[in-house]
Amino acid sequence: MIGMISRALKHSYYEANARSRILGLLDPDTFQELLPPQERVVSPHLETLGVPWAFDDGVIIGTGKLEKKSVLIAAQEGGFMGGAVGEVHGAKLTGLLERALKTQTDGVLLLIESGGVRLHEANAGLIAVSEIIRAVLAVRTAEIPVIALIGGTYGCFGGMGIVARCCDTVIMSEEGRLALSGPEVIETVMGVEEFDSRDRALVWRTTGGKHRYLLGDAQVLVDDDIAAFRQAASAALGTSQALTLEALEAEHAAFAKRLEAFGECPDALDIWSRLGITAPQGLPLLEAAEFLEAVAQRRAG
Amino acid sequence: MKLTDLLNKLFPQGHQVKVEGEVIWGSAATEAGEIAVIGTTDHAYIGVEIALALAAHVLDVMRHHPGRPIVMLVDTHGQRLSHRDELLGINGYLAHLAKCLELARLRGHKLISLVYSEAVSGGFLSFGLMADETYALRDAQVRVMNLAAMARVTKLPLERLEELSKDSPVFAPGVENYVKMGAVQSVWEGDLAQHLVAALQRPAEPDRRRELGLDRQGRKAAYKVAQQVRESALNG
Repeated sequence: MIGMISRALKHSYYEANARSRILGLLDPDTFQELLPPQERVVSPHLETLGVPWAFDDGVIIGTGKLEKKSVLIAAQEGGFMGGAVGEVHGAKLTGLLERALKTQTDGVLLLIESGGVRLHEANAGLIAVSEIIRAVLAVRTAEIPVIALIGGTYGCFGGMGIVARCCDTVIMSEEGRLALSGPEVIETVMGVEEFDSRDRALVWRTTGGKHRYLLGDAQVLVDDDIAAFRQAASAALGTSQALTLEALEAEHAAFAKRLEAFGECPDALDIWSRLGITAPQGLPLLEAAEFLEAVAQRRAG
Repeated sequence: MKLTDLLNKLFPQGHQVKVEGEVIWGSAATEAGEIAVIGTTDHAYIGVEIALALAAHVLDVMRHHPGRPIVMLVDTHGQRLSHRDELLGINGYLAHLAKCLELARLRGHKLISLVYSEAVSGGFLSFGLMADETYALRDAQVRVMNLAAMARVTKLPLERLEELSKDSPVFAPGVENYVKMGAVQSVWEGDLAQHLVAALQRPAEPDRRRELGLDRQGRKAAYKVAQQVRESALNG
């Protein structure tokens, strides 16, 4: 019964919008928004195309405290154009990261929910994502941790999938999805035999939090609960990994090993099996805690 | 331009550039000194193998030739679209490549990229666009998606997109559009070796693409928005 009660009190990260994620993550009454909707810094391009625009261009940014530490925070709103990155949206993210270099902050939290580049302003979006990547790496170089949180409805795809893996720490829930090309895109271009985007189980075991955690693409796996994300983000604030030649050579060796070990695997289940996990087909059904117990010492890398 | 012609024009003093599959690597002599060459050819689709091979060459240059400038030759049709690449976490491989290039920059390697054929989307993002400066040949192609596909995805009429793209560099394919938006520093025509030497001799600067986009009036919002976010004081 106690288990059921605590489950009922969970506040789903997956179902929350960008603003309630921020408010749930930060210490109460500490969030201060930069360029809030009332300032109406909107995309100039959507209006030209006659497409609805948003007063925050689909991303909320600001400052706040997490367990009393100063953080900068950004949350993409999947409900607006799938969190896609346009010129203004991207500049808000880049500006926030650059702000970290000017202010004494303890870390940057990126609540990523995005399909990638916004096609309505494709060139501006692509360049913006490039600027975000460069800014993330500049912040890391200053030894300020950058943390990606992924657990929203729309997942983390396209260029933002690259951004996430440039961060110090990736925190995911099982419901979160992290990849480059979305299953729908692959199916549209390459055919349903290549990737059946309507096969939800296939999509989740290929891109979802559990698989990403097992491969080492996500460092932390949490339940779909804003409080669990908050706890993990707070812990990750202490973790900053400098970009050094030794560190990147080690990362390179891990990626080479992954390719060698799993390059021939047709499905995530084959990878999990090769990792020595018994009954891999049962993994998708487990709650985060049970899952972590079942896979302890079995992760790649 | 064909790769062989390109290499001869860029490096009249001679080069040791090899092609392995779709990956190019090696070194060359220039008036500005010895440089490393890393890139792709044949409109490569960047999958996990190519991303890893490119990163290996960047690491190798850092390890064995500290400070040597890296000239990145860009010809990619974009990321490889496959279930297997996603299963293996291709976004992580591309991020790794981007990190290797960033580290090279930090360690004093000048990074110059030249789009000599095609530059599309994800393959461009983690490689060519990581350079200190990106250049392009006049007949090169740079894009996220062609207009017909864009019309299908955005459900906007193709005619409308074609009409708007005459005045707006924001979404349509084209080298000139990327010049106006500040991502491509300039277009190289004529003596490519001289262009390269001039680029190698430019001092490295922080990421100035937004400023260029503003100066060239192709990307007017990004510079100001980022500046506001970076510098605005908070009330209370």
